[in-house]
Amino acid sequence: MTNDDTRSQSGGGSGGTLLGAPSRRGPMNVFPLWKYMLIAVVCLLGLIYAAPNVFQPDAAVQVRALDGERGIGAAQRAKVTTALDAAGIQVSAIDQQDNSLLVRLLDEDAQLTARALIADTLNASSVDFVVALAQAPTTPQWLRNLGGKPMSLGLDLFGGAHFLLQVNMDDYIAGVVDNSAEGMRDTLIDQRIRFLPNRQWIDGRTISIAFRDEATRDQAREALVDYQDFLLQEREAAGNLILRFTLTDDKIRALEDRAISQNLTSLRNRVNELGVSEPQVQRLGRSRIVVDLPGIQDSARAKEILNKFANLEFRLEALPRARKSQIENYEYQGRVQDIMRRNIVTGNNVQDAQQSYDPETSQPQVSIELDNEGGRKMHAATKDNIGRSMAILFIEQKPRVRKSVRDGETVEEYYTVEERRLISVATVQAALGFNFRITGLSLREAQDLALLLRAGALAAPMYIVEERTVGAQLGDENIRRGWQSVAIGFALVLAFMIFYYRGFGVAANVALTANLILLVAIMSILGATLTLPGIAGIVLTVGMAVDANVLIFSRIREELKNHPPQMAIQSGFDRALLTITDANVTTFFVAIILLSIGSGPVRGFAVTLAVGIATSMFTAILVTRALVNLMYGGRKLESIKI
Amino acid sequence: MKTLQVDFMGKRLIAMVFSAVLLTVSLGSLFFQGLNLGLDFTGGSLVEVKLASKVDPQVVRGYLVESGFANGTVQTFGSDEDLLIRVPPQQELGIAGQASLGDDIFTALAAQYPDIVLQQSNYVGPAVGDELAQDGGLALLTALLVVMLYILFRFTKQFSVGAVVALAHDVIIVLGCFSLFRWTFDLTVLAALLAVIGYSLNDTIVVSDRIRENFRRARRGAPVEIINEALNQTLGRTLVTSLTTLFVLLALLLAGGEVISGFATALSIGVVIGTYSSIYVAANVLLIMNITREDLLVPEPKQDGNEDGSYP
Repeated sequence: MTNDDTRSQSGGGSGGTLLGAPSRRGPMNVFPLWKYMLIAVVCLLGLIYAAPNVFQPDAAVQVRALDGERGIGAAQRAKVTTALDAAGIQVSAIDQQDNSLLVRLLDEDAQLTARALIADTLNASSVDFVVALAQAPTTPQWLRNLGGKPMSLGLDLFGGAHFLLQVNMDDYIAGVVDNSAEGMRDTLIDQRIRFLPNRQWIDGRTISIAFRDEATRDQAREALVDYQDFLLQEREAAGNLILRFTLTDDKIRALEDRAISQNLTSLRNRVNELGVSEPQVQRLGRSRIVVDLPGIQDSARAKEILNKFANLEFRLEALPRARKSQIENYEYQGRVQDIMRRNIVTGNNVQDAQQSYDPETSQPQVSIELDNEGGRKMHAATKDNIGRSMAILFIEQKPRVRKSVRDGETVEEYYTVEERRLISVATVQAALGFNFRITGLSLREAQDLALLLRAGALAAPMYIVEERTVGAQLGDENIRRGWQSVAIGFALVLAFMIFYYRGFGVAANVALTANLILLVAIMSILGATLTLPGIAGIVLTVGMAVDANVLIFSRIREELKNHPPQMAIQSGFDRALLTITDANVTTFFVAIILLSIGSGPVRGFAVTLAVGIATSMFTAILVTRALVNLMYGGRKLESIKI
Repeated sequence: MKTLQVDFMGKRLIAMVFSAVLLTVSLGSLFFQGLNLGLDFTGGSLVEVKLASKVDPQVVRGYLVESGFANGTVQTFGSDEDLLIRVPPQQELGIAGQASLGDDIFTALAAQYPDIVLQQSNYVGPAVGDELAQDGGLALLTALLVVMLYILFRFTKQFSVGAVVALAHDVIIVLGCFSLFRWTFDLTVLAALLAVIGYSLNDTIVVSDRIRENFRRARRGAPVEIINEALNQTLGRTLVTSLTTLFVLLALLLAGGEVISGFATALSIGVVIGTYSSIYVAANVLLIMNITREDLLVPEPKQDGNEDGSYP
């Protein structure tokens, strides 16, 4: 051991430094073997999990069963193969997953034709399958077994449409109060419980019913016990006894949750009809829904389908003895049809609906299946009304905006205009239950009605408040440009580091490469979505990640003035560590703020920035150190070039 | 390699005047003409199309006016074949009408130019635009506050104020450039602005760290000299890092395309200004706030032993 080394050992030893522990015993700037191994293993894992991103995906068509229980099997597979063979479309493989088939095509241009063909083949009689364009990952099996998967591409890179929908809760709550009030009144009338006429019957979320004496009020309270959503209070005003039903905040929140989740279900069903392989429909905040449709070809059609703010109500025909206040009238096939104001069930209770043909008359019809609640209500309402007509009311909400001045400020108010029309009036032939049919429709009417019922009605009206559509061509261009800038930026930085730091520059460059690989690997493992701003974040990480190395190297340069090489290397690394940590922790905070507050493009950038900071800490400190140790450590150095 | 000995602090009055001028111009421009806010914040519709060959934007605009879309502006975007059509919010169309305006415009254009390709179509409702602007402002302020607290915890109040003044300085000047040159300020530029905060902070902390270290180590010497020495010691690193970052930003500007250019521009200005501010602004604030060695002494004997004992 040389004189130099002994001196520096005592120096490093008394410093109590953070990374300098090994120097107490062995030679300077040598890691124990396990440390080298650990670093090598981490880098190797990074390489493995980053690898799936290299493989170009296959053009494919995805077939998904709408009904999870029936699934998809050999029969469909055979049908698809035969049809594609007959059309001369070459298939490279068909992968079977739980509920779906992934048909990989050899020729990318055949994708659209293949989809149309498969859709025609499988959905000839009824719509049982979603047939969508897809990109099938070509990750080798052994990588997939290890859990390797490529990053998913954001809409700006893949092409597709993003929608933000606002649910109009005020209208929905008002509707609930209104229908409940109708129901209460009908119940009281049916049970011949007398209540006093009242103009202020509904006030916001409150329904007030007045009675002349205590006995009738108690009777009414008994009769209306089913309305559990409302807070029941008893009041007295002007000598009358009043029952007050109020929707509480808790209940409103619960109703909102129910409405949103039903809207989500309905949207998911509708989106399925669009043929998108991985649609995302998610709630955002209290009253918004995000719909992402990667790879959708026709965004106008998507909007049309999302924009159908329609619901259906099944109502009984009004009998001549009905009171005026219980009746509404609509025009139907050139005459005026009176129907009850109160509905039996709404589209919300429909579980399934298929267009089919009446086996006796061969006329188009719609077969409807109701859920439990709907079936019970339908049975109760129709069992005593055989021979009476039942109407289907179609209610469409059209969103509008108007400006108004409030507190001296111009604010925009959203409101909806409702359009109601009868689409069917049919005679009840028997007591209806969970399953029944509607006949007397044209083929087109039957198809539309089935689609609307099947997709599910929206519980609450919605409107689009944000849309971002990116064409597939721009998506490709964005990917190409993104990776090009990563490559150029990376090359410039590598060249500069070699030029400026020589041997140490090589170490820094290896670390930078490891950083890029680890960044991609972690993003892939996290299942993060790569966007163009995300790529910008990667590029920026490349530029800023060398900062830690630059800090270390300039510190080593400084230390070299007063210390021998080995010791300069050691104290250079040690002293830079605190600075690097401080600087990175604060930048990490900024990334987290971006992540929590930002939306869309900002988030994509923030994710890469945050992950990039973490990986660059690891690579700049440990990987570079390991390399420098391997290159220079543990031997006598007269001088080093840095 | 010899260390440069630049008398940074000797020229701090010049720097103060320089910063004051930049800030005045920036704030003036922001105050008088504001930012050229993009679709993300104003709301409205935007359609980007690619045509088969070069077409004069004015011709396209004329055609759109004929087809009943009178309020749009048409400009080229990146190349001559790429056109960007922007339409401000149209109240009278109703919500559904506004949301489908982009599609309607594209359909109209497709009738005239059959080879047209829809690159992107965006619609942002007025309420969403306001929210994005609010969230953006909130993000900026939160970032500044968190940074201030962290530095207060790690350093002293002088450094904390210095860092935040430097960051505000950078943000205002970048915003000022966007206002002065009427560049579009959208969400990606906002993200860049927050990245500028991150970057400039990085620089400021590296410099502050060295200033603190030197204050603790030096038994004598005026604050001006100590700070000067620290600035000189970190200068090499400051310049190299700025350079590598500017390299990659250059790559983004060259290859990243139009969507990323606003982002890259904002960051490039931010990096240059951030480098300058970490040298002058933060250090200047330290001097103005009369930093002394006593402010930085840590009542930890071990720390002192490290500084003095290990490097005899």
